[in-house]
Amino acid sequence: MKQLLALKVNDQPGVLHRITGLFLRRGFNIATITVGACEEPGVSRMTILLEVADERVMDQVRKQLAKQVDVLEVEDLTDRDAVTRELCLVRVEAPLKMRSDLQSLIQPFRAQLIDVGFETVVVEVTGSPAKIDALLDLLRPFGVLEIVRTGLAALPRERQTESGRAVLREGRSVEV
Amino acid sequence: MSFEGPEGARAEALSPDAAAPVGTEAPEGGSSGQDGGPQPEPPPVYRGADLLVEVLKEEGAEMLFGIPGGATINFYDALYNSGIPYVLARHEQGAIHAADGYARISGKVPVVTGTSGPGSTNLMTGIANAWFDSVPMVIIAGQVSTSVMGTDAFQESPIFSMTMGITKHNYQLMRGEDMPRVVKESFYLARTGRKGPVLIELPKDMTSNEIPYRKPVEMQLRAYTPKPKIDRALVEKVKHDLARAKRPVIVAGAGIVHAGASELLRAFVEKARVPVVHTLLGLGTLPSDHPLSLGMGGMHGTVWANMALHECDFLLNIGSRFDDRLTGALEHFAPRAWIAHVDIDEAELGKVLAEDYPIHGDAREALEILLDGAVDPSPSEEWLAYLDSLRREYPLWYRTDRPYLQPQRVVEIASELASDDVIVVTDVGQHQMWVAQFFRFRRPGRFVTSGGLGAMGFGLPAAIGAQIADRDALVLTFLGDGGLQMTEQELILLREYDLPVKILLLNNNSLGMVRQWQELFYEERYSSTLFNFQPDFMRLADAYGIVGRRVETEEEARTALEEAFRTRAPYLIEFVIDPMANVLPMVPPGNGVHEMEGVKPE
Repeated sequence: MKQLLALKVNDQPGVLHRITGLFLRRGFNIATITVGACEEPGVSRMTILLEVADERVMDQVRKQLAKQVDVLEVEDLTDRDAVTRELCLVRVEAPLKMRSDLQSLIQPFRAQLIDVGFETVVVEVTGSPAKIDALLDLLRPFGVLEIVRTGLAALPRERQTESGRAVLREGRSVEV
Repeated sequence: MSFEGPEGARAEALSPDAAAPVGTEAPEGGSSGQDGGPQPEPPPVYRGADLLVEVLKEEGAEMLFGIPGGATINFYDALYNSGIPYVLARHEQGAIHAADGYARISGKVPVVTGTSGPGSTNLMTGIANAWFDSVPMVIIAGQVSTSVMGTDAFQESPIFSMTMGITKHNYQLMRGEDMPRVVKESFYLARTGRKGPVLIELPKDMTSNEIPYRKPVEMQLRAYTPKPKIDRALVEKVKHDLARAKRPVIVAGAGIVHAGASELLRAFVEKARVPVVHTLLGLGTLPSDHPLSLGMGGMHGTVWANMALHECDFLLNIGSRFDDRLTGALEHFAPRAWIAHVDIDEAELGKVLAEDYPIHGDAREALEILLDGAVDPSPSEEWLAYLDSLRREYPLWYRTDRPYLQPQRVVEIASELASDDVIVVTDVGQHQMWVAQFFRFRRPGRFVTSGGLGAMGFGLPAAIGAQIADRDALVLTFLGDGGLQMTEQELILLREYDLPVKILLLNNNSLGMVRQWQELFYEERYSSTLFNFQPDFMRLADAYGIVGRRVETEEEARTALEEAFRTRAPYLIEFVIDPMANVLPMVPPGNGVHEMEGVKPE
């Protein structure tokens, strides 16, 4: 099962190593991890998507992270209503005569071409991992040459929707 | 020899007043005072090494252990005549295990130093040991200068990343002005919450650069909560339910020793009529001869302790982390019991077992709540009588049919002859388990052993540190011949620092614990466990200026121990023991705690 965590961490040398090293030592499997500046100076926000065996492991992950001195906040978004986005860049084989087909294909995904050459183009798409997977499937017949994905960035919604609330469990968001 | 370091050192005393600033410029000179108002006093500027000694003193650093080197030479220059007592070990592993023993007995936070590269890598075992057993210390690891870090410079090793997994926290000091804060935070982190080692990686230029220093120093630990708020209602529910349990048991772990809560434990169990199983590091929290003490549980625990763990209906674990050596196969560990667990480290809750009452808090606080108001006794008399019957039926035993001195008998005699203030130290292996089984522990916090990491080589240097922490106590260190040979170079410290440690060497000419497993589980294929060639331990003792005795019989053993305990000098007794003596009973690996072997003489 998947676990989605939002962390605030001190922007210190080695903090990323500290987190990934912890996952490595404890045998927690990272699917994606993103790090960047956030609203607070000196603090970074990390979004981590993990592959975990069960609830017990999820609980351990949260506690092990929370006890790190450089981890300021751990929020488990797994069962919360959150907005999540991923950015993907794809280099696709696209001779000039194919370009209009390609355009019409990517347009419903609100994807765009951000680099064009004679033989290839680079498509940029943003969205949920599922949406990105769907677009990649459609692009494969053209010839996908290179793919780069950022991993998820996530924030909880201000208002938890009905579906979000339905699975929301208490005590999963902790200030540490 | 004294601890005060070499005589005739530099004239300048390093007191806060006398430490002469080497410069007077403000760190950002020129940018202040533009409005013509009164200019703030520029902070005094120190050489980094002098500032480090200064802030160490402010943190109350009372004892340093280590070995100098190129990357730390400025620091050692500042230590010269600083007045901070210093123990010069002969190997960094010896230094850090000595600090470990010192910390466990004194309750204080020692400082350990090693230079960059090999000095730091030699510290690794000791750091891991302190981490595993939650022993507070601050480690200052030298590093090459920031200008050459990352270039594979001479004696460079990535100690910061290497120690992330075995420290409570660690720092890479890259800006001199952070030094006072980093040192202050390190001591605070080491001694609060779940204690542990904190490491500071110190590039050489941080000790030679000039650093402005202004007090007070503010810590920046906004997310760190050393003292969790305990769930009082849940503890009260434990008390309520425990008082209704017919087969209750308490597991007493090191957390009780760290919290200084042994007296509270005793008061509570006497009122609540609950028997206590000790973990290895929890030995001594009740005296061994207390009627409610069941001794140690786990792989080499007593039959009655392990049956209590297996058959209980309510298990309250205070300050132990359910180590696999205690629990055996998890499906047989307290399978019919409600399980309550008090731990100061939230990550220990739910890690091994899904507890019914997970209590995040300090052992002392939990026991205070348990003792608050009337304590109803559990209806446990039948249970206690049953466990007592097991104690009579399956007492700890050892062989009497062999023409050799039995190691367990040595432990018994030493225990009998020792004074009540005795500090017992062990190395790791068979002798460690024999001590855990047969020594009568009388006081809490007087047993020093390498629990979680199980680091051979610990026993001798740890005893050195323990004796430094309590110079008047009788310090016994039980060692095997394997473990002694891992850190025997530290023998020299006994005479150098006048430490009357009694070394009780149980010599079976083998790596006994592994040999025992090979005997029991590998068809007696003694692969690399029998020493074919050994040093002459008497001449070894002699070389280090220590009195040595070699004994082969029980009578000789008693005489030698009596003489050693009378002498206020270090002493090494080599007990030539049964080479085939085993640690029994035993929960074979993979078994439940109730499936023990060797519970009775064959």
